[in-house]
Amino acid sequence: MATTTPLLTLTAKELASDQEVRWCPGCGDYSILAQMKKALAGVGVPREKMVFISGIGCSSRFPYYMNTYGFHSIHGRAPTFATGLKACRPDLQVWVITGDGDGLSIGGNHLIHCIRRNVDLKIILFNNEIYGLTKGQYSPTSRIGTRTKSSPLGSIDNPLRPLSIAIGAEATFVARTVDVDINHLTETLRKASAHKGTAFVEIYQNCKIFNDGVFEYATDKSIKADNTLYLEHGKPLIFGKDRNKGIRLHGLDPEVVTLGSGINVDDLLIHDEKAEEPSLAYLLSRMVYPRFPECVGVFRNVERPTYDDLLNQQIEEAVKAKGRGKLDELFAADDTWVVQ
Amino acid sequence: MTVLNSPVQPPPVKHAQIQELDSAIVRFAGDSGDGMQLAGTQFTNASAILGNDIATFPDFPAEIRAPAGTLAGVSGFQVHFSRNDIHTPGDSLNTLIAMNPAALKTNIKDLETGGILIVNADAFGPGDLHKAGYKSNPLDDGSLKSYRLIKVPINVLNRAAVSEIKMSPREADRCKNFFALGLVYWLYERSLDPTVRWIKDKFAKNPAVLEANIRTLKAGYNFGETTEALPVHYRVAPAQIKPGKYRKITGNEAIALGLVAGSQLSNLPLCYATYPITPASDILHQLAGYKRYGVRTLQAEDEIAAIGMAIGAAFGGALGVTATSGPGVCLKSEAIGLAVITELPLIIIDVQRGGPSTGLPTKTEQADLLQAMFGRNGECPVAIVAPCSPADCFNMVFEAARLAIGFMTPVFLLSDGYLANGAEPWLIPNVADLPKINIKHPTAPNGNGNGQAPHFLPYKRDSRLVREWAIPGTPGLEHRIGGLEKEDVTGNVSYDPQNHEHMVRTRAQKIANIANEIPPLEVKGPDHGDVLVIGWGGTFGSISTAVERCQRKGLKVAQAHLRYLNPMPKNTGAVLQNYRRVLVPELNRGQLRMLLRAEYLIDAVGLNKVQGKPFLVSEIEEKIEQLINDKHGKVTMRVDGKLMDEFVDDAGNAN
Repeated sequence: MATTTPLLTLTAKELASDQEVRWCPGCGDYSILAQMKKALAGVGVPREKMVFISGIGCSSRFPYYMNTYGFHSIHGRAPTFATGLKACRPDLQVWVITGDGDGLSIGGNHLIHCIRRNVDLKIILFNNEIYGLTKGQYSPTSRIGTRTKSSPLGSIDNPLRPLSIAIGAEATFVARTVDVDINHLTETLRKASAHKGTAFVEIYQNCKIFNDGVFEYATDKSIKADNTLYLEHGKPLIFGKDRNKGIRLHGLDPEVVTLGSGINVDDLLIHDEKAEEPSLAYLLSRMVYPRFPECVGVFRNVERPTYDDLLNQQIEEAVKAKGRGKLDELFAADDTWVVQ
Repeated sequence: MTVLNSPVQPPPVKHAQIQELDSAIVRFAGDSGDGMQLAGTQFTNASAILGNDIATFPDFPAEIRAPAGTLAGVSGFQVHFSRNDIHTPGDSLNTLIAMNPAALKTNIKDLETGGILIVNADAFGPGDLHKAGYKSNPLDDGSLKSYRLIKVPINVLNRAAVSEIKMSPREADRCKNFFALGLVYWLYERSLDPTVRWIKDKFAKNPAVLEANIRTLKAGYNFGETTEALPVHYRVAPAQIKPGKYRKITGNEAIALGLVAGSQLSNLPLCYATYPITPASDILHQLAGYKRYGVRTLQAEDEIAAIGMAIGAAFGGALGVTATSGPGVCLKSEAIGLAVITELPLIIIDVQRGGPSTGLPTKTEQADLLQAMFGRNGECPVAIVAPCSPADCFNMVFEAARLAIGFMTPVFLLSDGYLANGAEPWLIPNVADLPKINIKHPTAPNGNGNGQAPHFLPYKRDSRLVREWAIPGTPGLEHRIGGLEKEDVTGNVSYDPQNHEHMVRTRAQKIANIANEIPPLEVKGPDHGDVLVIGWGGTFGSISTAVERCQRKGLKVAQAHLRYLNPMPKNTGAVLQNYRRVLVPELNRGQLRMLLRAEYLIDAVGLNKVQGKPFLVSEIEEKIEQLINDKHGKVTMRVDGKLMDEFVDDAGNAN
């Protein structure tokens, strides 16, 4: 009988560092940390091969709490450190932990460029629609009219939709999940871990102190079924407490319809996370509460060569073609002359 | 690659008289689209291969093609070639080639009286003269009578040379730089072979252009041989320089080679992450071709991303390097601070240019020294080195690698536009003689006290205060680093006031400890005397030549040049005390002078120039003589080990 190599398993406890976790009581980050440890315990990657890299903000303290390699960097720049690391060390599994301010405001540039290159990174964006660590200013994802210390009459900046940005930059894996939906969160992190290429995950995360309840429509058990739509690949877009509502395409726009009364399941949009073109995923990312249910799950999951693979392939091919370069031939790779 | 034995025999010469020269200075000047950089580079190669010592100064506008014929669009390339050991491209020209009136107007002031002036007479029509702002034709109005004016109808002769080749008139005209080059090759008796070889290689896919360029090059050469306008031509014999194998090298090329050497001798993969910026981009272009040397080049989305990638690579165990110019250093400052606090090895190359802001992108300056020293938040010391010549860029970037790895610290290398684009012969080092850079990434935990399981302590230090470089992928050494202040040894986040002060002092002391592992400051000249001229970076050549001239006049002048700027060599203070006056020539408003005065309480005098151009030798020479003749200034010097004050009024700092 053939013997199989047993899969490496870790426990969540082994993935916890010895540092005291210092988020506010009730913060959504606790759940994300717990589900991350749970998810990674079973992905078969040894602890020493995992690296967590973060920027600045409440979420960015995350690496200190994982017993893996970690790098708490500077505001908005985590994707750059991660790109350099992954480019040189394709053997590592590299996670980027960021927030709505870190990833989309000060670090927006790096985020889109990292995604367009399809560097094999897992980017987890904790979206709480507020600046927490700087004590409560509106963020680039805050809804118009958000009243904060820096917007006492309500914010006037149109918010970014993180997933629309990621899809616009042609991310190969795009998903959304919610801090309190722990099973879905764990499952989504596992899927991100398994993806080869940039995996972008937005997590709706509640900030208890400065923006409490901003996602209540998507988390309150009594109403969330009517306000969210859990995506499943190949399945029609159905939602609602009674599973009787769906999304139909009207021209190029989605519309909410009620099943029955002449509308049946065949009229609804079918989710296709493998679609080559990102149009459908983009359309789903534009569905915003209260006009629409907000989609949760995997929006897009396609394959494309990764930046790190392509980079390292070029090196391998150059070495294969002409042999590994030697210094003395490099020095003399130009006209030389000898002085006697 | 071609290996030649020096000297290459120039082609036999027919009838013109030959005159031997020790050295000559030639400048090609024309429109930025005229191919002057190419002509200058080819002339440099031919002279280097012939065995001359060379020093070059390319000078071009920031615009790729400024309006044709205007003063703003003039591009020049100066070559100094000699049978002696030379250090600079030279102060004044022996020969100027001016391809149009604008080039004549902007360059003629640099031509020595009696110098050879070769002009393209076909480019002096009324429209050309108007664009250059000439009211009358300088070729006819007598204004050039103090030069040996040679009017050559280059357009007509070039077209005739390529007339049998099927190409448009526009294409034909593009070859005329080779006609001019051929003529100058004749004038200074250089072989056409290296350039013919280069043309064949470069235009292999375009036989018409290949043939046309070779024909017009030879036509230019033959024109020199037959024209009666040039009764004399010149020979500059090979230089008596150290025996060995040489190649020509620019500062940027030397940096690229030095980085690959640092990578191979440390056995670390090179990760060069950068964003295109003048005058540093050529390093990227060169390294991008070195894939089979294991070089990874990452062209980042911006300057910040570039340094982030380099730091990420360093965290993973690579030799992380980023290069830029001053504006890019501004953007990288925060990340440099992160590399300082996380104590990761990193090389930051700043190829300085005229500032502030966008400033003078293609012109040289050395005004980023204080930025490198202090341009970050907090107490944030980094090591700084600066090459003193194009070839020295190889040595110093290798040193930057050695120090970055050896002390787990970011190291700045301050080059400049003059070094980056200037060329000189490089004695190719024997690879076996290059020092190895030893690193040992730890594989076992270094902490197991307090009843804890074995674990890794990221800030546990050796006696030199250097921490260990544990890299991801190593089982059992998982650890976290970051920009928050850390407790020494454990690396845990710490807001403790005493710890913060301890860490600030530790980081500073670690950089200071580098002084124990760098060579002392060398003095060229008397060890006591009237004036010490101390400089740094690309001013070395001008200072050396000026000091040598003063020494030949019997003046008690010495030179010292700082290639290590932070920390400075341990004997720096002692050297400074040995001279009555200390002169610090810099292409800035006195940045090294400020550091020397602050650190060593010495009344150093500045010679400061901020014109986007290197020093002329004569400028420094005059200043030295002025200082020696000036009996004013409060001066402290050490005599027989005692400090002596020689008091007079303070007039020395007017510069």
